[in-house]
Amino acid sequence: MKAQGNMFGSLTLTRARQMPSSAECYARLLFVMLIVLLPVWSYASDDNCLTCHKDWEDDTGPSHLITRDIHFQNGFSCSDCHGGDAALDDMDDVRKSTGYRGVPNHLQVPDFCARCHSDAAYMRSHNPSLPTDQLDKYKTSVHGQRLFGQRDVKVANCVSCHSVHQIGDGKLPHSSTYPANVPVTCARCHADKQYMAEYNISTSQFDDFKQSVHGIALLQRNDLGAPACNDCHSNHGAAPPGHESLAAVCGNCHVFQMELYDKSPHKAAFAENDFPMCETCHSNHKIEKPQDSMVGTSDNAVCANCHSADDGTRAFGVADTLSSGLGRLVNARSQAKSVLDEAMAKGMLTTNEEFMLGEADQALIQARTAVHAFGTVEFMTKAEIGLAKADTVRVNSKALIDDYYFRRKGLAIATLFITIVAIGLYLKIRRLG
Amino acid sequence: MSHSTDSKTGLASRGYTWLDQRFKISALVDYMGHKVVPVHGHSIFYYLGGITLFLFIVQVVTGILLLMYYRPGADSAYESVRFIVSEVTFGWLIRALHSWSANLMILFAFLHMFTVYFTHAYRKPRELTWLSGVGLLALGLGFGFSGYLLPWNELAFFATRVGTGMVGAIPVIGDQLLIIARGGEDVTGATIGRFFGLHVAILPALFTVMLSVHLIFVQRQGMSEPLEWQGKPESEKKYQKFFPNFLYRDLLVWLVALNALALLAVLFPDGVGAIHWPLGTKADPFAPPPLVIRPEWYFMFAFQALKMLPAHVLFVEGELFGIILFTIGGLIWALVPFLDRKSQANQRSRLFFWFIIAMTILGYILE
Repeated sequence: MKAQGNMFGSLTLTRARQMPSSAECYARLLFVMLIVLLPVWSYASDDNCLTCHKDWEDDTGPSHLITRDIHFQNGFSCSDCHGGDAALDDMDDVRKSTGYRGVPNHLQVPDFCARCHSDAAYMRSHNPSLPTDQLDKYKTSVHGQRLFGQRDVKVANCVSCHSVHQIGDGKLPHSSTYPANVPVTCARCHADKQYMAEYNISTSQFDDFKQSVHGIALLQRNDLGAPACNDCHSNHGAAPPGHESLAAVCGNCHVFQMELYDKSPHKAAFAENDFPMCETCHSNHKIEKPQDSMVGTSDNAVCANCHSADDGTRAFGVADTLSSGLGRLVNARSQAKSVLDEAMAKGMLTTNEEFMLGEADQALIQARTAVHAFGTVEFMTKAEIGLAKADTVRVNSKALIDDYYFRRKGLAIATLFITIVAIGLYLKIRRLG
Repeated sequence: MSHSTDSKTGLASRGYTWLDQRFKISALVDYMGHKVVPVHGHSIFYYLGGITLFLFIVQVVTGILLLMYYRPGADSAYESVRFIVSEVTFGWLIRALHSWSANLMILFAFLHMFTVYFTHAYRKPRELTWLSGVGLLALGLGFGFSGYLLPWNELAFFATRVGTGMVGAIPVIGDQLLIIARGGEDVTGATIGRFFGLHVAILPALFTVMLSVHLIFVQRQGMSEPLEWQGKPESEKKYQKFFPNFLYRDLLVWLVALNALALLAVLFPDGVGAIHWPLGTKADPFAPPPLVIRPEWYFMFAFQALKMLPAHVLFVEGELFGIILFTIGGLIWALVPFLDRKSQANQRSRLFFWFIIAMTILGYILE
């Protein structure tokens, strides 16, 4: 036998029997080519934007910042926004490539973002939960109207609030649109006196908000249920959904107060005088925690801002009734709590009384809410319930305290009786020896 | 006056004669009249059993009163206990007396047992008296465990879940035993039914029988004389009559105990310190367990010892190993009179005693 002529022809007969066939040979060759070419292909398909820009930019450059961007984290690359062929490694070639959009200017940004964010079909395939009407709403806002109408490039566009390359999920604390960060985001422009000078609007909103009941809840207690700027002023539009004006937005959260207000005589009177509803009494950004002293006829009561004893209405009398009713209820509740605390301190079982005091507290809250009817009927209905509950708590707690002393007296008598019997028995034992 | 006293004495005498003719009680009275109790340096220990008995009687009386208002069941147990302590006249006092006397009964049972142990009072011929006493203590602990769940509050629920859960560690039959103990896979209203039946029917019946046996043994054999009296001449031994001398003293101790119990129940109706039983909030099986799940103080030594055991001891699961150890320990303890060969030498091992004390203290410190 002789060795077969093939590419391994020099091998011996024995080895030749183990040699691969031609098909196997080609397969091996293909495998080797694949191994060699795979990195090359892989390199060619890489995002060259990042590769080059990272070389040029420091840590604050877009190519570095982008790693924290929600789009990048979800697989989008530079070319998805800026267009062009990311596989090219020459910038001039990129600029000439198909679809290259480059860097938009301030006026172009809204449309630049809306290319995807206003495309319902596209957004459904990536994030179906996001609305797609941001641009439409933005156009109705003061920002949008000034940008598109007066081509004012100082007003906020998308990136002013969301950032350019660090756009984060608003649910995450590092995002500029995270609820607790929103006031700071807005304040970057609105608290800047120099920047806002030409607009002739106040720049104290952020300072006011920080001192308000909402600001303290949001910024100090980190209560994300408290409203930030966008909860009243809306995110992108001019007014929150379902409200014809910003003044009505309080009713979004303070539902009962708004319902009562709508039925109250103030509704028509405020509309007639163009008063801004809730804001008339509570102010806007510096909304302080409401005090009972706001209601009444004293000089520091807000009622007295508009009403007086001789204004020809019964308003002053109503204010006086509301004020005295609140005072009585608060006092009754306070007395009940004091007696209850004493009963608790004496170790008495006060579960029922504690529960009932909770009901009195609830009635107090409802009475304070009922003030917004600006009449006496709704208010007194709630106040009477609270007064009755508080009085029951006080009486029951007093009875518990009396019972506490009764127990001790009973104990003293029983102990005395047992001790006398014990002494008698002891004497008997001694007599027995 | 004299005529009146004579007529009363005559009435009592006639009544005694009437009873004696029918029940032959004169033999019993003669026996009691001749019964004596040793007097020595440790005579005070003789009263510990009596105090335990007194506290058991308080348990029975207050338990029956509580039974009039208590309603077992997941929807009614907590509410009925709350009703007892807040609405029923003196209900708070009855519950406080029941809880205080329960704890004190266990305490005095332990003290009684240890004094018997350290004074060798269990030695021949009192082996069965010791055994019945150990049985009574076990039943007393059963009362405590079953009664703990009955208010159906948060702490009771989770403590019972942990306590009954240990049964599940027993190999092969553990799961089945757990279901039998709980009346299901978890602690539920069905568990209350079982524990209630155990607490007010089964355990009292067994306890009454065991207590009767124990008392008959004690009365029949009399009080154990101290070991030091062996070989002592009769002239140097001091005795007092059981009736009326010892009985009066016993009654005096009972009165002191009653006074102490009344003071504790009125001043601390919900207990004090680590020994407390506030009603708290109702049990909620879906609520997270409280930060501290603590058994009653008399189970603390076992609880702490089981907690300190590693997950595995050799090839045995730690919890199972602990249960085996406690079972063996309990058996050895119960059989001490039969295993002890050193009574005469006055050598006592205090290992068990110090183990219980140390583990109980550790349990509260490490909490």
